[in-house]
Amino acid sequence: MQKHTVGIAGAGGLGSNVAMALTRVGIGKLIIADFDVVSESNLNRQFYFTDQLNSKKVEVLKENLLRINPNLDIEIHDLMLNSKNLLSTFSEVDVMVEAFDKAEFKEMIAEIFQTSKPTVPLVIGNGMAGWGKSNEMRVQNFGNLYICGDNVAEVGLEMPPMAPRVLICAAMQANTVMSILLDNQFGNEHNT
Amino acid sequence: MNIILNNNPEVIENSKETITVSELLLMKAFTYKMLIVKVNDELILKENYSITNVNAGDNVMVIHLMTGG
Repeated sequence: MQKHTVGIAGAGGLGSNVAMALTRVGIGKLIIADFDVVSESNLNRQFYFTDQLNSKKVEVLKENLLRINPNLDIEIHDLMLNSKNLLSTFSEVDVMVEAFDKAEFKEMIAEIFQTSKPTVPLVIGNGMAGWGKSNEMRVQNFGNLYICGDNVAEVGLEMPPMAPRVLICAAMQANTVMSILLDNQFGNEHNT
Repeated sequence: MNIILNNNPEVIENSKETITVSELLLMKAFTYKMLIVKVNDELILKENYSITNVNAGDNVMVIHLMTGG
């Protein structure tokens, strides 16, 4: 894991927890981009603490990750990702993780990465609102594209995103990244 | 004609051996605005749905994208 770089687009419920999991298993380098600050409503699922409210997410996420592994190589970008800056921000990654909130941004990253960088595996989170239904969370694999989640549960007023299912999805994304990076290396059949 | 849709065999009731992505989405009620579509592992941009053909035997992926993360 140490020689690999993973890009994470978004540092919210999915991104902050994917970063935490990959840091704990010794990923070499993370590149993380987000424009947002930590707000109180984030604390039901995101990897931040009350004394970090109103701080830039990428800055305090970097602090939290370095407390887990001081040797982590981490590059942060405090910016709103768009179709113009996405590829330059994540130009040198072995695997790309989509951790946006909005569906239109998920579509944007899929269109840009799968057409401009079709050889870079892309791991998307899709459908993790609400609670229960653990067994409906799954990983679907289409070539170099991996979709984690139930593909059904959209966030809404009656269906907030909450720690348990968001963390299942984030853990599935991190687990998929590990599988992509390690299975070839160890000669195992690729196992989603 | 027979295709693979989201890793499952699917029979498309169609007189010809081809159909556009737009027609397939309509026929199979993929109604969300935000989608990822791949045909034979090639991503199809939204602007090309109406001019991209799906032929018998093709492997098609259509994923609804939803907000949350």
